Amino acid sequence: MKIISKEEGTGLGKTIAEKILSLKSGVDAKANDIVVADLDFVMGQDGTSPLAIQAFQEMEATKVFDPAKIAMVIDHSSPSPLQGVSELHYQMRQFASQQGIFLYDIGEGVCHQLMPEKGHVVSGDLVIGADSHTCTYGAINAFSTGVGSTDLAAGLISGKLWFKVPETFKFIVNGTLPPGVYSKDLILYLIGDVTADGATYMAAEYVGPAIDALSIEARFTISNMAIEMGAKVGLMEADDKTREWVENQSGRPFAPVTADSDAVYARIKEYDVSNLEPQVAKPHTVDNVSPVSEVTGIPIQQGVIGTCTNGRIEDLRIAASILKGRKVCPGVRLIVAPASRQVMLQAIREGLLETFVESGAAVVTPGCGPCVGTHNGVPSDGENVISTANRNFKGRMGNNKAFIYLASPATVAASVLTGSITDPREFIK
Amino acid sequence: MSLRGYSHKFGDDVNTDYIISGRHKFKTLDMKELAKHVMEDLDPDFYSKVASGDFIVAGRNFGCGSSREQAPLAIINADISAVLAKSFARIFYRNCINTGLPLVECNTDLIDAGDELDIDLEAGVVRNLTKNIDIPTTPLPAVMLKILSEGGLVEHFRKYGTFNFD
Ligand code: SF4
Repeated sequence: MKIISKEEGTGLGKTIAEKILSLKSGVDAKANDIVVADLDFVMGQDGTSPLAIQAFQEMEATKVFDPAKIAMVIDHSSPSPLQGVSELHYQMRQFASQQGIFLYDIGEGVCHQLMPEKGHVVSGDLVIGADSHTCTYGAINAFSTGVGSTDLAAGLISGKLWFKVPETFKFIVNGTLPPGVYSKDLILYLIGDVTADGATYMAAEYVGPAIDALSIEARFTISNMAIEMGAKVGLMEADDKTREWVENQSGRPFAPVTADSDAVYARIKEYDVSNLEPQVAKPHTVDNVSPVSEVTGIPIQQGVIGTCTNGRIEDLRIAASILKGRKVCPGVRLIVAPASRQVMLQAIREGLLETFVESGAAVVTPGCGPCVGTHNGVPSDGENVISTANRNFKGRMGNNKAFIYLASPATVAASVLTGSITDPREFIK
Repeated sequence: MSLRGYSHKFGDDVNTDYIISGRHKFKTLDMKELAKHVMEDLDPDFYSKVASGDFIVAGRNFGCGSSREQAPLAIINADISAVLAKSFARIFYRNCINTGLPLVECNTDLIDAGDELDIDLEAGVVRNLTKNIDIPTTPLPAVMLKILSEGGLVEHFRKYGTFNFD
């Protein structure tokens, strides 16, 4: 493979992004080079796969490059709420069985939970997914990025894709998160600070003691939201926790990639999170972030706990610990969507689902739940929703006259108990 | 390739949910149908106002948000011939190249709603005919120009069966 266009190199070290794209393209690539690279895994979901299948046919292809490296996930409108959607799901099932690729059908979970959970992605991989939050797997040191349906089709056929090697924005996060403050608060804070296009076209690298201290689950939340600062991927180094986690999920061999000490960064910002408050993103942009103290008391009518950002077992444990023995405020709905079947099973075993149901929550199918406004809890005009999701755009949940606030599972749980936005530390002893 | 039409102006951070809402895009692959809803959450009458060949002109970070290719496809099917913005979100940018929708990165402060524009994509010049000024643009990298000039990535693959940038 050759470099398609070459910028003058600095001769210095490389970032994680530069290293993975060099390895996968077989050339010594630096930021701003354009390369064609080999893909380790290719994923599509039910909002993007049908168009990709159409493009695959229009490209006059008959076979995918390697069925063992491809998965399609029915998670966005799942189970199907409409006949039109059912037809698209049918096309996906047909394609998957013809091609012998993985198909995760309704109830299996959100694509970004499933890819790492099922062991399809390991450290050092290059992965594309036709979904913008594919950047999630950067938390386990994979260069994973979202693409559209035509790119997906090209990936399905060739096992390759062209990439502009991104410059890297390095976030050094020092200190220790205080009790009641989580990785969701941390990433909302960073997005608020650098804004929605602060890292556009760039790779983000999140490093430092505050990141090291997080579980892998909590790290996924951060990488998941890298796209909300415009980044192409949200990378982290692999430490012992990463290795252990990846080994548990996947039988595939893997080689983590570290940044060189003399790597060249486009930007570096340093933070200390020791005094960070819980954070809330206000309508209608993700970078419209305030500490919870500034929005406390705003009434809410619906809470959502789940999504690829915060639907993992750790998130459900945190929310359940606040909801246990308490009732959701009258007039408020709480919807809980576990991120996957495995997460749901674990939550059943630990009694968390019992806590949710007893508290008054509606527990829905593992998957995207109400996140993207196709079903499962579309708010009515003028309503306020507080959600653990990653986007609060106008109309995001299916009604452009509703207002969406984004927060951690703890803040959502505390808020549905009181009926207004609440600092979760009031419930954490 | 020279394009001529009128400007429809939008602000910063126009996301893909605004371009085409999720509540429409999951229902159908009929892009002509989806095109009727393009930009409707920002301007309910947008589709009826647009004449064939017109331009969407916006601020920073146009197309941020989801990877839905329905966004550029809905724009194309509303007969918009190009999008001009100060900057574009990355996935949207790729999707436009792949589906054959020309993008122009330039200082859109020099364009008002209703201005008549003439765009020469190869030369990288936007001419604001109403204001009688030339606006310089950031040229597209060769790889993207190749895909765009071939009519998108589908045509590229139909021709070569894989990526071919020789
Ligand atoms: S949970 Fe929401 S953000 Fe995540 S993949 Fe599903 S729709 Fe997208």
